[in-house]
Amino acid sequence: MLELTPKEISKRKALTINPAKTCQPIGAMYAALGIHKCLPHSHGSQGCCSYHRMHLTRHYRDPIMASTSSFTEGAAVFGGKPNLQTAIKNVFNIYKPDVIAINTTCLSETIGDDIPSIIQSTDIPEGKYVIHANTPSYVGSHITGFSNMVKAMVSYFSEKEENVLTKKVNIIPGFVEPSDMREIKRIAKIMGLDIIMFPDTSGVLDTPNTGKFIMYPDGGTTVEELKATGMSRATIALGKFASEQAAYELEKKCNVTPYVLKSPVGIKATDELIMKMASLTGKEIPYELEEERGQLVDLMIDIHQHYSGKKVAIFGDPDITISMTEFAISLGMKPIYVITGTPGKDFDDIVTKMLEDAGIEGKVKSAGDLFELHQWIKNEPVDLLIGNTYGKYISKAENIPLVRVGFPILDRVGHTYLPTVGYKGAIRIIEKISSALLDKFDRECADEDFELVM
Amino acid sequence: MNAEKAMEKILDSYPAKVMKNRKKHMLIKKSDEKQEITANTRTIPGIITNRGCCYAGCKGVVVGPLIDMVHIVHGPIGCSYYTWNTRRNKGKATRGEKNFLHYCFSTDMQESDIVFGGEKKLRQAIKEAVEIFKPEAITISATCPVGLIGDDIHTVAAEAEKEYGIKVVAFSCEGYKGVSQSAGHHIANNGLMKHIIGTGNDEKIPYSINLLGEYNIGGDEWEISRILTKIGYNIISTMTGNGSYERLKNAHNADLNLVQCHRSINYVADMIEKKYGTPWLKVNFIGIQSTIETLRNMAKYFGDEDLIKRTEEVIAEELADIKDEMEYYRNMCSGKTAMLFVGGSRAHHYQDLFKDLGIETVLAGYEFAHRDDYEGRDVLPHIQIDADSRNIEELHVEKDEKRYRLYLSPEKLEQLKKEMPLSNYEGLIKASKENTVIIDDLNHFETEEFIKALKPDVFGSGIKDKYVIQKMGVFSKQMHSYDYSGPYAGFKGAVNFARDISAGIFTPAWSYVVPPWKKEPLLEASMVEKEVG
Repeated sequence: MLELTPKEISKRKALTINPAKTCQPIGAMYAALGIHKCLPHSHGSQGCCSYHRMHLTRHYRDPIMASTSSFTEGAAVFGGKPNLQTAIKNVFNIYKPDVIAINTTCLSETIGDDIPSIIQSTDIPEGKYVIHANTPSYVGSHITGFSNMVKAMVSYFSEKEENVLTKKVNIIPGFVEPSDMREIKRIAKIMGLDIIMFPDTSGVLDTPNTGKFIMYPDGGTTVEELKATGMSRATIALGKFASEQAAYELEKKCNVTPYVLKSPVGIKATDELIMKMASLTGKEIPYELEEERGQLVDLMIDIHQHYSGKKVAIFGDPDITISMTEFAISLGMKPIYVITGTPGKDFDDIVTKMLEDAGIEGKVKSAGDLFELHQWIKNEPVDLLIGNTYGKYISKAENIPLVRVGFPILDRVGHTYLPTVGYKGAIRIIEKISSALLDKFDRECADEDFELVM
Repeated sequence: MNAEKAMEKILDSYPAKVMKNRKKHMLIKKSDEKQEITANTRTIPGIITNRGCCYAGCKGVVVGPLIDMVHIVHGPIGCSYYTWNTRRNKGKATRGEKNFLHYCFSTDMQESDIVFGGEKKLRQAIKEAVEIFKPEAITISATCPVGLIGDDIHTVAAEAEKEYGIKVVAFSCEGYKGVSQSAGHHIANNGLMKHIIGTGNDEKIPYSINLLGEYNIGGDEWEISRILTKIGYNIISTMTGNGSYERLKNAHNADLNLVQCHRSINYVADMIEKKYGTPWLKVNFIGIQSTIETLRNMAKYFGDEDLIKRTEEVIAEELADIKDEMEYYRNMCSGKTAMLFVGGSRAHHYQDLFKDLGIETVLAGYEFAHRDDYEGRDVLPHIQIDADSRNIEELHVEKDEKRYRLYLSPEKLEQLKKEMPLSNYEGLIKASKENTVIIDDLNHFETEEFIKALKPDVFGSGIKDKYVIQKMGVFSKQMHSYDYSGPYAGFKGAVNFARDISAGIFTPAWSYVVPPWKKEPLLEASMVEKEVG
């Protein structure tokens, strides 16, 4: 497996090998699916749209609906206005969404199609909406695309009425699973915090099988809720890379106070979220959450010997990778390699500081790729890999157990139903880490070292 | 509801312009009529098509499976990322070749590359690939922005070829070209023919064949080559599943080309015949009866008594091996119905395998096939190339005077053409049963409506459809990825398919879709309520 990857590292300036990111529009498509009765639309040639739908489908194992402008060569030269206008008309006629959320591709961005003016010159049926985000694939990553579409929700919908301030708090969950969004909502409910979460893919991408296909399931943030975000008293943005842009836009547009927190993966990041929620409610933190936290700490102490001091490589999208690194440190592990494919110096700064504070010597890299990560591992091995499905090739090549956290997970199930965030999610991650390490030990140890109780 | 009514209802719900367009892309098979269908035309914007792009057809389908080439995608990261290990074209290095299948190479274009051009970065990327991997050959595939900003990837390739002394082939397969994956097949075919096929110097060997349009999904090619090798054939190259640059170079040496997927590779098949004299045979290794027929046609073509005898022996051995299992599954599946919507060839091929299981196909359609794949190659002279596909290069090849060779005399060839599909393909419509719905570029709306109307037991389609179909209570079998199973080709593949189809139709979970409390009244609960009330 990957036997052509040399141990010797040569400097690369132009060739990306085995990327740890993908392109913007898929993130925008995912975000748009978190709006109730919304059909994402890809303004470009249809290949992008098919790829993005396929990839999300493989991860969620649920229908991913989206339409496309289906550019031809003519449109690529003369502009995609007629394609988009035809598409909008056909989509409202045939598929009847409440909202069409347009993302762009490198094609329409390179030729410079002016989406707002195309939307303005198109008849939109009464009570329906067309929104857009520019998502050029040659800038940032899928996380940037997610961020851009969430920002567009604010730009298009958030409204402020004079002197109206609701008790609500906005929560932007970031690029996480429907299960995570459910978990964050559950925590808010226990805390007694009245929230508007956007986007929210729970109930959209984790739907039950009832024998009936419903194109627009019950889930998703409604347009009314999106509008009302402008009158909330605060916004909690979870994950700097995926969520802060929209929160700042909401501050600018409607003067809603933003609080940018880490993605609540692990004990510290969850503590911070809950304390922020408590400071907003002004109420005590309910025992229910304290109990969950205590169970987590109990587990951390009880089985620390399973993972303590183990070297780990962590890769994936920046927000989750930052929090996962913090969690690994709090477990007493040593994250010696931490990478994301998404560019952004903040990532390097935040993670480097975490490692320094913990006295861990490690390599940190944004805009990195899995080829280089593998080379690092060849030079100094790790005990565990934490990241998405693409890690399985390195895992097999180097016989290192892989714990699947992040996006995409294409080869295992359950991740859309079970959370990674919160104390519950942290318990789940510990169970996975512990099992991965012990499974390997059981498989490989000598018979005389095989243990019943571990 | 029958098919005619469903079709009428679908067309009635469309806006006038859409209706006019879609009407020409569907028909119901009537054997007493010569039926014409519209295909290979632009996609209707907003219709929720299943189609992909030219890049997918070129890099994803034809070029990508070649195991020993570094396939560099020139573009932003998405295009290379989405073709990274997603199509299951398996490969194994067996003759000392390097195998790059598990790698993904991209120039990862950034904003500055769009503004100032990406040629410099591409040159540097090739240099780095050469230094790190020392490959025998490299391909470069263009993506949407490359054509727009005017990067000249062919010149970059030619320069690199000279500088590093290896083969470097560029493909201008920008996603917006043509109307679907199909344009990409054509562009890939041209590139392979121009730069690779015929450049090798191996000696000829007897009973040699090429396997064209076979991508070794889930190991199909391995099952096919197992059977062919057992009979005594020598496979020179496969285009392109488990194929390699090294073997492809000598493809001109074969005595016969086998064409499994007509749509994606017929260009190469035709060009090899013109240039080197090797005819092609339309084969189908999907399905037991069709595999047998294919093997017999091949034996007849070579005309060697021993080969014919060996063919029958192998068929008998293989059938004996699978007989009991196939009978078991056939008993389970017989009488069921299927719908098939696949890319450009499987909606035909899998009808044969379903037939072996006693399953009738009631709807069959292609994403991107052309009229000849539906109606047969007879219509080729009558196909008008429209404005959207006109810019796809038609490569003209000349007879290679030195290496042109006929295995059979022209007279013998003409005679055989009456008995088997030699350099000919009769298409999907002819292969389909009376009253089968034939539909081109099926979209989401039509998928839902036809499922409601025809209520199939299984729908063979792709990943984007799969969970829509299964939410409707119908088993969906992925006919592109085989749901990560396979092989499905040949004799052993037929058993795998039969097992998977049976498991899917009869998995106990279907009986749990409706909760028991919705099937029977909750007597006890209502009694309790009454007492309390």
